[in-house]
Amino acid sequence: MSKLEYVRKMALMGDEAVAYAVKQADVDVIAAYPITPQTIIVERLSKYVADGELNASFIQAESEHSALSICIGSALAGARTFTSTASQGLALMHEVLYIASSMRAPIVMAIANRALNSPLNIHCDHSDIMGARDTGWIHLFANNVQQAYDLTLMAFKISEDPDLLIPVSVNLDGFILTHSIEPLEVLLDEEVHQFIPHEPYPHEIDFGNPLAYGVMALPDTYMEFKRQFQEAMLKVPEVFHKTTREFYTISGRTYKSLTSYFTEDAEAVVIALGSTVETLKYVARKFREKNIKVGVLGLTMYRPFPEKEIVKVLENVRCIAVLDRAYSYGGVGGPLYTDILASLYKNGMKPIVADFVYGLGGRDFKLTDSEEIFRKMMKAIECNGFERDIYWWGVKE
Amino acid sequence: MAEVDVKKIARGDFTWRSLPLAAMIKVPTSLEYKTSDWRIEKPEIDQSKCIKCLLCWIYCPDMSIKRLDEGRVEVDYDFCKGCGICAEVCPTKAIKMVEE
Repeated sequence: MSKLEYVRKMALMGDEAVAYAVKQADVDVIAAYPITPQTIIVERLSKYVADGELNASFIQAESEHSALSICIGSALAGARTFTSTASQGLALMHEVLYIASSMRAPIVMAIANRALNSPLNIHCDHSDIMGARDTGWIHLFANNVQQAYDLTLMAFKISEDPDLLIPVSVNLDGFILTHSIEPLEVLLDEEVHQFIPHEPYPHEIDFGNPLAYGVMALPDTYMEFKRQFQEAMLKVPEVFHKTTREFYTISGRTYKSLTSYFTEDAEAVVIALGSTVETLKYVARKFREKNIKVGVLGLTMYRPFPEKEIVKVLENVRCIAVLDRAYSYGGVGGPLYTDILASLYKNGMKPIVADFVYGLGGRDFKLTDSEEIFRKMMKAIECNGFERDIYWWGVKE
Repeated sequence: MAEVDVKKIARGDFTWRSLPLAAMIKVPTSLEYKTSDWRIEKPEIDQSKCIKCLLCWIYCPDMSIKRLDEGRVEVDYDFCKGCGICAEVCPTKAIKMVEE
């Protein structure tokens, strides 16, 4: 027994925490191609394999496109499969993302969220994952290093659930989380093995009893297969909640599809994804001390979109600021903004809403930015509206 | 994986609920899936002009020229998509493309 097996508390970077979770998940295959700011994840994993701490095949592919293609084969062969990427790497995987989900290949992928070229930039924003938004993957977002570790473990259980067999992406903000050392509590290896035992893939490749995978479906059947997939997506929330409940019993940590902070009686709520949620929570607490009724809503699960839970939280909220770390160029607004607007409209709600496009290419979102947005919201309530619908936050005009 | 009645699917007798998960299906299946309805023109062989050279059999991209005894050939109209390559390569113009 190595020393680490006794350890409950560690200090790790986000990338290291993900790698540690993947090692504990006892994966069989890791196929990846290194890319900043994800590199440390696969570096650590290759070391675990080389040192004999993890009995897995580590396949360095010649590109991300090939890495994910390898993952599909490995998952369908019944192997627990992991990959990791960011930015251009995720973009290069794009066509294979659809194939992985629609062939029902259970794969876990950590994404160290990073801006897309051009101009060349290696820092955090959500343009990469938003480009992959509709590829049929389950998208989870971590707010801190602890969550990156926890969600990676839970992702295997969700992805491999026989009712789902849907790949899962675990998103962690590039550099902000991937390269920040935070203290976290880890599970013991035995606890992880009990939580995610190796179950055979129900439609495993079997040469004695062959199946055709990924066949052609023409206009007479294609749409039915897509409808079938949407049905599986509808089952995700139930599996997610079942998984988080079980995770709570071994870790004591609670997860929901949403992080709601001071939202019960809030007049103004800010909605965001990723590490920014932590910044907003800190500032919201300060405002609450001054009796200003602000709240924060973070989405742990972005796809499937927890529409019902969100509108329930926003029921009595007068003013909403949506923070988008990506943009739909030439579109209605940022991707999260349009999702929120659509959910509100479908449910007959008409609060004051504005989109705050922020932090592109890793521009810092400071406590003062958060304070200013909260103050803008209080003013919007007074004036019954924002001055505009979309702010490019912090852009030098 | 439950057995899937491919003939039923080919007949259009299915819903999204009854289709096999993610199109994972027992082989062989393409034999049940007649692709000939793509065809606009069909090849017709004039057996009196045929010299049994088998160029049509070699060139057919869909293995839809069937070899019979003594080198004679016929078209498999279940799978012929009507591309016309056989008519193009036939040295005696024994194959003609005619409208369906």
